[in-house]
Amino acid sequence: MTGKTLYDKIWDAHLVHEAEDGTSLLYIDRHLVHEVTSPQAFEGLRMTGRKVHAPDKTIAVPDHNVPTTAGREDPANMTEDSRIQVAALDTNAKEFGIHYYPVSDIRQGIVHIVGPEQGWTLPGMTVVCGDSHTATHGAFGALAHGIGTSEVEHVLATQTLIQRKGKNMKVEITGNLLPGVTAKDITLSVIGHTGTAGGTGYVIEYCGEAIRALSMEGRMTVCNMAIEGGARAGLIAPDEKTYEYVKGRPHAPKGAQWEAALAWWKTLYSDDDAQWDKVVTIRGEDIAPVVTWGTSPEDVLPITAVVPAPEEFTGGKVDAAKRSLDYMGLKPGTRLQDVEIDTVFIGSCTNGRIEDLRAAAAILKGKKIAVKRAMVVPGSGLVRAQAEAEGLADIFKEAGFEWRLAGCSMCLAMNPDQLAPGERCAATSNRNFEGRQGRGGRTHLMSPAMAAAAAVTGRLTDVREMM
Amino acid sequence: MEKFTKLSGVAAPMPLVNIDTDMIIPKQFLKTIQRSGLGKNLFDEMRYTTEGQEIPDFVLNKPAYRNAQIIVAGENFGCGSSREHAPWALLDFGIRCVISTSFADIFYNNCFKNGILPIVLPQEEVDKLMDDAQRGANAVVTVDLESQTITGPDGGTITFEVDAFRKHCLMNGLDDIGLTLEKSAAIEVFEAQAAQSRPWV
Repeated sequence: MTGKTLYDKIWDAHLVHEAEDGTSLLYIDRHLVHEVTSPQAFEGLRMTGRKVHAPDKTIAVPDHNVPTTAGREDPANMTEDSRIQVAALDTNAKEFGIHYYPVSDIRQGIVHIVGPEQGWTLPGMTVVCGDSHTATHGAFGALAHGIGTSEVEHVLATQTLIQRKGKNMKVEITGNLLPGVTAKDITLSVIGHTGTAGGTGYVIEYCGEAIRALSMEGRMTVCNMAIEGGARAGLIAPDEKTYEYVKGRPHAPKGAQWEAALAWWKTLYSDDDAQWDKVVTIRGEDIAPVVTWGTSPEDVLPITAVVPAPEEFTGGKVDAAKRSLDYMGLKPGTRLQDVEIDTVFIGSCTNGRIEDLRAAAAILKGKKIAVKRAMVVPGSGLVRAQAEAEGLADIFKEAGFEWRLAGCSMCLAMNPDQLAPGERCAATSNRNFEGRQGRGGRTHLMSPAMAAAAAVTGRLTDVREMM
Repeated sequence: MEKFTKLSGVAAPMPLVNIDTDMIIPKQFLKTIQRSGLGKNLFDEMRYTTEGQEIPDFVLNKPAYRNAQIIVAGENFGCGSSREHAPWALLDFGIRCVISTSFADIFYNNCFKNGILPIVLPQEEVDKLMDDAQRGANAVVTVDLESQTITGPDGGTITFEVDAFRKHCLMNGLDDIGLTLEKSAAIEVFEAQAAQSRPWV
């Protein structure tokens, strides 16, 4: 008998039923809910007279719509449609008796930051949320993926999900990262290597020395963007760092249950003789600090490169690149380091954790911004409080950054934080799609340290020159 | 969910690769708490100017394609977010079938939950259908789910693959939740076992 991958093991431990054709019913341990993709699902329950099957395993937090400026508890400071969505979540959380962190709660924040922070996310679990960046939780060795609203309703009603098993893909990052290279550079470089559809149909397990060396925050950044490579879920096998991070969190197991959990968690790794459907290996030393130049996360290049010409691509990508360059207002051959930036956004479920703020603050200490505006949006109220306690908030403010309250903010512009047409942004978020940060807005994705460096110089900048 | 059995309609060509969910339905329209009414904002930023005027060059604004029911698209259609607003907007516009060489997983799944049939075909067959679609309103394409065939305007037939369970649900307009609740006993057994083996969950 051949060995199992980590994905195989978690899958098998959650299989409720498997039909002959492979259609499977998978049990869901944690269901995270936010205000944008859930109203129609709760409405569906109401219309059919169904209840939430496991309210104790269901956790809700508003994040996409909420303003990140002071006074946001006052509904008058939200647009009417945002207010309706947040109010609907308030009502649904109360009516169906699920765990809830309202805007007024210091623990509120981006759902994918709150889940791990509160110990809801644990190794070996199945975690779903009506949000594609649910892949983030895979950093704990949990099988975590985004679902649509119909599936949100299905999980609410049954605590299960109809699935077909995906294929196994191993992404190994060998060796060590060079100075200035971070988890964000790893995950962007992998997408640059495989393309945005390279992971479609797969669950990715990230492994190798460079992944092991990452903190839990860094691992969350890597897994967060698995979906940008097309994979519904990304996983990293749990280890001592994982247990250390989880231990003592409000909803983590304690006492004898902790010991029992730990014993099981230690079995969660891919066997040496496990079968992989696809393997990608990248040398850690080959990864440079990168930025995106286009409107797809696969449009990744080292910061030392120049803007490519459409003719360098093949097939449908030629026209896509032409369209991207036109949208981005860039000419082939331009040095990326000469591209001037208007705005800097540090935050999101990709890079809104304490380590990200530390990395940016380390670059910004004692410096001033040279861009029109710059904002830091901590991923949760607790991240914000910790950054204030560590003095990071002062560094940001003295540099000229706006110090905001927690939320999704400018990552997707469903709230007041948006780019104007043509405004060019160095962003630590996850998508550079057309219009993602505001209609006509131009997004360059990068690490928090790179975004901080761009803030200081006013152009895309090689952070290594500032270290 | 409305059944999908057989569809004859105009196919709109959208050869661009990586058409993402932010293009299909931009974020400002996700603030609805209903499923209906999103059709007018389908492809909003490609379809209208900032002043809200139709952009004549955009395919669905051309007279030939205003009533299109099928889209023939470039690879990796529907990449990006999990927003089911994307299939809701397509459906509300009247699109019941999307044909491409590949789809993003979550979008693909979401289509089946809403009576939309996403069809994956090899590049040369998508190219052929893209040519047919370029011919506009006179080029009716027929998609038959029962026989898993697509018939082009010239009578040529292409077969496609679809998961048997999904086909069954689509052809009968079945509600997944109702089907799963028939397995309540199995869910209860699983929960009882998990309470013993993983009590911390």
